[in-house]
Amino acid sequence: MKPLLRLLPYLAKYKRTLFVGFLTVVGSNIFTVLPPLFIGEAIDLLKEGLEAKSIGGTDLVTYAVGIVVFFLIAGTFTFFTRQTLIVVSRHIEYDLRNDFLSHIQKLSLSFYQNTPTGDLMAHATNDISAVRNCLGPGIMYPTDTILAFTMVIAMMLRIDWELTLLAMIPLPFVSFAVYRLGKVVHKKFEERQKQYGEMTTRAQENLSGIRVVKAYVREEYETGLFRTMSFEYLKKNLVLARVQSIMWPLMFLLVGLSLVITIYFGGLKVIANELSVGGLTKFLIYLTMLIWPMIAFGWVINILQQGAASMDRLAKIFDTKPEVQDAEQTDHTITEIKGAIEFRNVSFTHKGAVRASLSDINLMVPKGATLAVIGYTGAGKSTFVNLIPRLYDATSGDVLIDGRNVKEIPLEVLRRNIGYVPQETFLFSDSLAENISYGTDNGTEEHVRDAAEISQIARDISDFPLGYATMLGERGITLSGGQKQRTSIARAVMRKPKILILDDALSAVDTYTEEEILKRLRRIMKDRTSIIISHRISTVKNADMIVVMDDGKIVERGTHDELVERGGVYAELHQKQLLEQELENL
Amino acid sequence: MHEEEILGKAYDASLMRRLLFYIRPYRWHVVLGIVLSVAVSGLEAVRPYFTKIAVDVNIAEKDGNGLLVTALAFLGVLLLRGVIQYFNAYLTQWIGQKTIFDLRMQVFEHLQSRSLRFYDKNPIGRLITRVTNDTEVLNEMFSSGIVMVFSDIFTIIGILSLMFTMNWQLALISLSVLPLLFYGTFLFRKKAREAYREVRIQIARINTFMQEHITGMMVDQVFNREKKSFEKFTEINAAHRNANIKSIFYYALFYPGVDLIGAIAVGLIIWYAGVDALEGTITVGTVIAFLQFNEMFWRPIRDLSEKYNIMQTAMASSERIFKLLDDKTAIVDPVHPVPFEQVKGAIEFKNVWFAYNVGLTDAETEWILRDVSFRINAGETAAFVGHTGAGKTTITNLLCRFYDVQKGEILIDGVNIKQIRQQELRKHIAVVLQDVFLFSGDISSNINLGDGTIPREAVEQAARTVGADEFIRQLPGGYDAEVKERGATLSVGQKQLISFARALAYNPQILILDEATSSIDTETEQLIQQAIEKLLRGRTSIVIAHRLSTIQNAGKIIVMHKGEIREIGTHQELLAHGGIYFKLYQLQYKDQEVRLTA
Repeated sequence: MKPLLRLLPYLAKYKRTLFVGFLTVVGSNIFTVLPPLFIGEAIDLLKEGLEAKSIGGTDLVTYAVGIVVFFLIAGTFTFFTRQTLIVVSRHIEYDLRNDFLSHIQKLSLSFYQNTPTGDLMAHATNDISAVRNCLGPGIMYPTDTILAFTMVIAMMLRIDWELTLLAMIPLPFVSFAVYRLGKVVHKKFEERQKQYGEMTTRAQENLSGIRVVKAYVREEYETGLFRTMSFEYLKKNLVLARVQSIMWPLMFLLVGLSLVITIYFGGLKVIANELSVGGLTKFLIYLTMLIWPMIAFGWVINILQQGAASMDRLAKIFDTKPEVQDAEQTDHTITEIKGAIEFRNVSFTHKGAVRASLSDINLMVPKGATLAVIGYTGAGKSTFVNLIPRLYDATSGDVLIDGRNVKEIPLEVLRRNIGYVPQETFLFSDSLAENISYGTDNGTEEHVRDAAEISQIARDISDFPLGYATMLGERGITLSGGQKQRTSIARAVMRKPKILILDDALSAVDTYTEEEILKRLRRIMKDRTSIIISHRISTVKNADMIVVMDDGKIVERGTHDELVERGGVYAELHQKQLLEQELENL
Repeated sequence: MHEEEILGKAYDASLMRRLLFYIRPYRWHVVLGIVLSVAVSGLEAVRPYFTKIAVDVNIAEKDGNGLLVTALAFLGVLLLRGVIQYFNAYLTQWIGQKTIFDLRMQVFEHLQSRSLRFYDKNPIGRLITRVTNDTEVLNEMFSSGIVMVFSDIFTIIGILSLMFTMNWQLALISLSVLPLLFYGTFLFRKKAREAYREVRIQIARINTFMQEHITGMMVDQVFNREKKSFEKFTEINAAHRNANIKSIFYYALFYPGVDLIGAIAVGLIIWYAGVDALEGTITVGTVIAFLQFNEMFWRPIRDLSEKYNIMQTAMASSERIFKLLDDKTAIVDPVHPVPFEQVKGAIEFKNVWFAYNVGLTDAETEWILRDVSFRINAGETAAFVGHTGAGKTTITNLLCRFYDVQKGEILIDGVNIKQIRQQELRKHIAVVLQDVFLFSGDISSNINLGDGTIPREAVEQAARTVGADEFIRQLPGGYDAEVKERGATLSVGQKQLISFARALAYNPQILILDEATSSIDTETEQLIQQAIEKLLRGRTSIVIAHRLSTIQNAGKIIVMHKGEIREIGTHQELLAHGGIYFKLYQLQYKDQEVRLTA
């Protein structure tokens, strides 16, 4: 239960509402406990009347009205209990989820590379719901239960203490049974879920590998295998059903036992004139009023345990410290950057990796220059550029901008001045205009159009019936790879960045369009720094400086002509791409 | 709205008829379930009756022994009821589980018999949902749904008849609040469902937002969008909270409301008892019994309205399942298949035209193969070379008859493959795909793919021949070593070798090999080359070749370009020709030569 203590600050925020909530619980309990008294009195009155053959009709009407009025008052209180206690739990869920997002927003790229999205999603949805669940019902029911319990028992004791003790015997077993069965059910349920997961995985594998299955005529075998898993799932379900099926009959039996005891011993007392029939009726009604609190008691313990387990998982995320963030060395007087970049003896090794992704990189890119980086997959090109906006921090060595270590520049300032086009284009399910102006605060429509024009997506957009308002993603259209890349470039250009980084961002764009884009970029990036990563010679050949990377090192550097002249890796690549072009034109 | 989110009618006669078909094998179980449920309700309904007897007879007559008998009888009834209720609860689950097991297997088998064209069109994620999730939803309808609806109706009838026989005036009086309850419940259901739907929509929005922004977190960070995204999320999150709060409001109103209506009924019963008492027809026991009936009556009525939701989701799911089961995309076997036992393996493509997407007119059709004709002799190795998208893989797909050609024909040993049963045809062909697909399981089952006719010795023999034996033995557990999903723990080269062993273990007459392009370490590379040589020996082979050695050793090189065959010949002939092959050679294979001679 200890993890739940972390929720105290959240609860404190709503302490007034919670206080009111508790008062209404008290109120509703008082008014629920009283009507059975009226019923009992009414029954006694009726009995006497029947025996005496004369009925005080108005008295019975008074009781009847009293019952209804009391229930109305109790109901009003219950209404407010739900409106306060349960509503607060939703507010806390809201706060918790906001805090969760704002925390993970600070975590660095390496965290996301090591944490599956599915896990984070599960935390954000299931775990937060479980915590919510233990907050609402977990607060409301125990309070309600304890109060109701004490009051009802008090009433019962007032009627007849011996009968109370006798009737109470089976009741602790109810709580205990709910608690224990709840645990077993939870365990069996988890087992069932696991089997469901395995069955789903098998279906997934089978359908993904359907070509192999068909090619080797393994359909029947696969069906058999799936049948086994599906049957196993059926069995797990039935085990669960067996445990679950015990729950209610057992509950009714235990409660029924209380009733039987009350009827017998209570009846004997009535016969012995120690108790009135009305008293017995009251007693029976009170007894049924105890059933729910007893069930709730066992149930709440389970909910609290599950909530605590979820809170524990959430706490682990909340306790993860961001790797990259402003620190002591940050110089907050820096509000602008110019764009000169320098790498000084920079090496980088991914967390948990043995081999370095970058080793001993030394490089200077003056402000306004264009650097092109070329090399095979896995050569370290993306890692290299990721160090500039501090998606990672270098393991050793320094990355400098305008001669200042990037760690000294406030993160916000640094990133605001960078236009980054990642290798894997990522656009949001929003309108095209929203996507393009994504990184700017006050972009006008005109700015958006300019950016789209530069990245050569403008014409495509004007072909869409809704133009810039066209929605992307699940509920909108799907762009082609090239269109996505061009939109992504527009988004970066829109920021008018001091440093523009294109990480293989033209790979899905045809060479003609590419040339058009590069031409426009050269114009607007005249006084700004550009870094272009590519596999294609055509993309890089006009850069001020080209570096060839291999295995985390810079192996060649120079201009296009120099490198072709030298006859190294670059020249070979150049040769091949010429041939390729020739073939394409056949 | 997504296909998955649409909720329609709660009852659709034609869907229901189809669904009932699945429950037919268990119809007697269903009948038993209904009988048991009614028995439970019946036993439940007599409970107040015992109280009445205790008060009116035993206590009134001051008969202590009689009271004990009544109490014990009551206990006996409770026990019996408990036992029956337990069996019934289990039985209904059993019916549901059995039924959906049958249905799930039918869906799965149906999927197995679909052609690849079907898989091109349908995202796998959606198909999995049909197999697992949609069938799961039906469970509730098949188990508790059908049985409970009947038993609730019987229960209500049972309680009603008891009430009326005991005292019809009092029965009418206590039922007089029912219209109020019905109307209240109806309003609540409607509002609660709207609220619930709103909550679902907001949850979906939260999930979409989270998913998107977790995946795109880097973009958010680099573009300094954390604050704006946070604000946007706060909005969605608040909408979700508010939808829930709205739903809390309805619940907060409903439950006390129901209690109040119950209290009104109690008040009415007491009031009427007073009015009627002088006539002498009423007893104290009757009043107490009615107070209890009053309580018992609420449950089945509330239950019935809950069933409505179950039925609604069940109808939506079953509609999706049936739509899938009605799909006709399968390649049908001929009615009178040509026997295909002794296969030599001569392959011929005769003027084959093929497109994955057929347009309305010839011009709209994106032809992948255009008038392709070639012949490969039995036992010969043919290497296909060409750029990506030239149509090489399509040729292998057609030979296995994963797709049917639009024009022309494909012959094996002179027989059109359309005249052969697909299973027979594929039994003689083994395909090694470039992207090796391994199943979770163990090494051995990945080689024989669970085929019992290929024993362990044959598996090991195949592995030895392709040179995979050595690394397999070094794995913990050897041939029984666990293979994770998609073979995650094995290297690319190892996976290749296993897929070679797989092909060899099946000992096909025709081998299709899509060579891997990805570079592997030299040692494995050599192993793979030797393995390929052994694989090709003595069978007709089609190789989509990336290795110079394979090409040089091939009896025939077929050069494809943009869906057409442009050159056919041997390595030397084609080099001398100076055409596409010559250029391809310089581009892709020349440095292999350098590496080989080095």
